[in-house]
Amino acid sequence: MIATVGRVVSTSESKRIAAGYGFWIFLLSDIIMFACFFAGYAVLVHATNGGPDAPQLFDLDRVAVETACLLGSSFTCGLAFVASGKRRAALFYMAMAATLVLGASFLALEGAEFSSMVARNAGPTHSAFLSAFFALVGCHGIHVSIGLLWLMTMMAQVYAKGFRDDILRRILCFNLFWHALDIIWVALFTVVYLIGVTP
Amino acid sequence: MTGSGPTRDEVQVAPGDAPETQGEPSISAYVIGLVLASGLTVLSFYITRGTLFWQPSIPTALIVLAIAQMGVHLVFFLHITSGPDSTNNVLALAFGILIVFLIIAGSLWIMANLNHNMLPMDQIMKMQR
Repeated sequence: MIATVGRVVSTSESKRIAAGYGFWIFLLSDIIMFACFFAGYAVLVHATNGGPDAPQLFDLDRVAVETACLLGSSFTCGLAFVASGKRRAALFYMAMAATLVLGASFLALEGAEFSSMVARNAGPTHSAFLSAFFALVGCHGIHVSIGLLWLMTMMAQVYAKGFRDDILRRILCFNLFWHALDIIWVALFTVVYLIGVTP
Repeated sequence: MTGSGPTRDEVQVAPGDAPETQGEPSISAYVIGLVLASGLTVLSFYITRGTLFWQPSIPTALIVLAIAQMGVHLVFFLHITSGPDSTNNVLALAFGILIVFLIIAGSLWIMANLNHNMLPMDQIMKMQR
């Protein structure tokens, strides 16, 4: 696909476009993997094996706070991205730290939800519905955990190496990754939690 | 695009980079995105509990709101636009959406069909006795 707009690009800019595009392809393949988990969940959602079903298990208040954490972290991640483009280190560190705190809060809430479900004998081994639930939501949680590790790595790399071109490319990819996780969470809280508790 | 100097070539933007603000990114898109996404999220949670919508229509309304919110995220956070310099990103996205649709709709269709053609569970139990 060729779309000529006649803009002159430098080598570093064309590298940035290639890196971002390649990572975008990876993210789409990751979203396709999530689609498989979503399909599995949708097929198995009524296979509760006589155990608890979605309306008995899910606490929408906690999900609302989790959603607020992740949406807020998406915004602060965008701020960090803008700050890195303008090479403003203080703003970058503050926004990344806020993203880290919000992401960690999200993970803590999700961990509390999982452990309370296991304590109520609704662990992943109880029914096909719960296996699919833990696989889907847990896979997203693992992605968020990896994202937090990556986030801390980027803060350390900016501290050690500054806003070099290659570091800025990594920040671009991290930014894409984090926003993609938020998009998956939108699908997740709608399909699993909100539609789950709707009678 | 491997030469050392500047090249005049088919130019695309990286996903995440705003095309209209090359080199000078701004936070206004993120603020608009945050406001829109928050509004859609609040609405989603509200209609689940409230009596705003006719009860059987709620799942459909929730899915519509979720798709709208994903669109908001794509446009304002990931800066995937319909502009000519974003064509590659949009084409990849369109292919991804096609595969996601095939996987989810195909799984539900096939499994519903299998369930429909299978004997009810109590009769299977009787046959095994």
